[in-house]
Amino acid sequence: MTALGRGLLAAAMVTLPFWLADPYYLHVVIMAGIFGVLALSLNLLLGYAGQLSLGHAAFFGIGAYTSALLTLKREWSFWPALAAAIALAAAAGWIIGRLALKLRGAYFVLVTISFAGVISLVSVNWIELTNGPLGLPGVPAPDLGPWSLRTKAAYYYLVLAAVALSYAVCRRLVRSRIGRAFVALRENEPLAESIGVDVTHYLVLAAVVSAAMAGLGGSLYAHYTRFVSPEVFLFTYTVTMVIMVVAGGKGTLAGPLVGAVLFTALPEALRLAASWQWQMLAYGSLLVLLVFFLPRGIVPQIVASFSGHPRSAPTSRTPLQ
Amino acid sequence: MDQLLQHLVNGLVLGGTYALLGIGLTLIFGLMNVVNFAHGEFYTLGAYVAFAALTLAGVNFIVGILAAIVAGAALGWLCEVTLLRPLRNESIDTTMLVMIGVWIAMQNGELLVWGGVAKSIPHPFPTAPLVMGPVAIAPLRVIVLVLAVGLIASSWLLIHQTKLGRAMRATFQDRDTAALMGVSIGRVHAATFAFGSALASAAGALLGPVFLAYPSMGDLASLKAFSVVILGGLGNLTGATVGGLLLGIAEELGAGYISSGYRDAVGFVIIIMVLVLRPSGLFARQERIG
Repeated sequence: MTALGRGLLAAAMVTLPFWLADPYYLHVVIMAGIFGVLALSLNLLLGYAGQLSLGHAAFFGIGAYTSALLTLKREWSFWPALAAAIALAAAAGWIIGRLALKLRGAYFVLVTISFAGVISLVSVNWIELTNGPLGLPGVPAPDLGPWSLRTKAAYYYLVLAAVALSYAVCRRLVRSRIGRAFVALRENEPLAESIGVDVTHYLVLAAVVSAAMAGLGGSLYAHYTRFVSPEVFLFTYTVTMVIMVVAGGKGTLAGPLVGAVLFTALPEALRLAASWQWQMLAYGSLLVLLVFFLPRGIVPQIVASFSGHPRSAPTSRTPLQ
Repeated sequence: MDQLLQHLVNGLVLGGTYALLGIGLTLIFGLMNVVNFAHGEFYTLGAYVAFAALTLAGVNFIVGILAAIVAGAALGWLCEVTLLRPLRNESIDTTMLVMIGVWIAMQNGELLVWGGVAKSIPHPFPTAPLVMGPVAIAPLRVIVLVLAVGLIASSWLLIHQTKLGRAMRATFQDRDTAALMGVSIGRVHAATFAFGSALASAAGALLGPVFLAYPSMGDLASLKAFSVVILGGLGNLTGATVGGLLLGIAEELGAGYISSGYRDAVGFVIIIMVLVLRPSGLFARQERIG
């Protein structure tokens, strides 16, 4: 993207609440932003480190519950609760990273799913803490100094800042030694190890950073919807993140964001035309079609067609290798 | 003590169907190297086919179960031929994503067809439990256990006594050599997937009348099947049989002595513990890490 394009995009983002005043559209944009953070987070593990986590809803849910419980029961203000949510999600990521560091592929996936399953059961059954299936209503809206971020426009800026921060962290990480180590591990683990890449260290690091970002998304979600229930652990959230990352383009910086915007806006647009079940049916079929016809995702496809090399790179169907 | 016996009997009934699920998945996973997240959806399919056959068509109970097995095999075959065959030489992650897509699509298809309300599957057996000393068991559960054991035994015969079974075992050991020896890999894969799906479907048709049929029942079934496979070791029929029974009993004991709310956590904890502590499974020496 040229400098002009970037500037225009930034200007459009910053001024968005002024030309898109309709609260419904603003709501869709805010949700796209929260999912953008989540998709960026999953992409770090899936796209760069090459490990698929199907338990990402657990980190998201841990962030949401931590933030909600601390503000509701301990009456913390939003910012320290947000920090605690990120820290606790990161700690969960560390545990998963340590536990699963020897496991790859399907076995890593199974440990992440099982972890999310256990956490979800705890959220349903530990009624004294979480209020069980009834959930926690009345999560307070965040404040920034004297201002309440209660309005959608104000919350939009909070989410925009979170997306920008997450994007910056990913970009900084990916373009550093660490990111190169991730990619080296993804591409050829024995080779990476032989040149001195510390596998354990980098995989755990990827899991911790990814989980921390998912925790950030969870906290933002809790204080936006003002309600947290065991539904935050729904597998649907994980699947949505996976589809956003795979469709947008794994292992690209912009891909997850493009995927997040597309797959938040599309279901909303289809909401009138089709029921939720039809949408999920379409999601499942879409995932299959993507693997068959657009294995690398939207962003890499666009980049390839614009750069004038008509798919000159070997288009492998093995996107996760 | 009496309670323990009761839990063991209940666990055995559950375990028999878990073994069916596990055998199906361990064959698919071990032989085709496909991480079949849609496995539980075939379990759901079985329950709904049995429901449709028994209520709408009003057929005999055994015919309903047979219908479920046939439907599972047919859809499994279709799935292999259309989705997995073109991707046979792709990485395990690619097919895993496809099967996750199939999982979501099938589950929501079932939700659309049958609605979200749980359905009770009728059965012709008396509801009064058979009492043997301290243990009481519903006749339906006895039938379920007997049929499950019968199906497990048939799978054993198929794998160990038939030509197809021999081809399957050869493919599991070394696909390329088996192909050189004239084994049609395509046919073996299609048969394996159809067979594994039929077993999952049978498990659903058997457990459906014991519990209820609802669209998301397959999620937990998939994860239980995976815990059985992980317990028993990949592609290990004995392991899957024993692992299934162990999981069923462990769940019953967990629900009975710890908390019924955490019944389903047993499978998750088994997955994590076994993979972390003894990644090759309890019964196999197969390498699966790295």
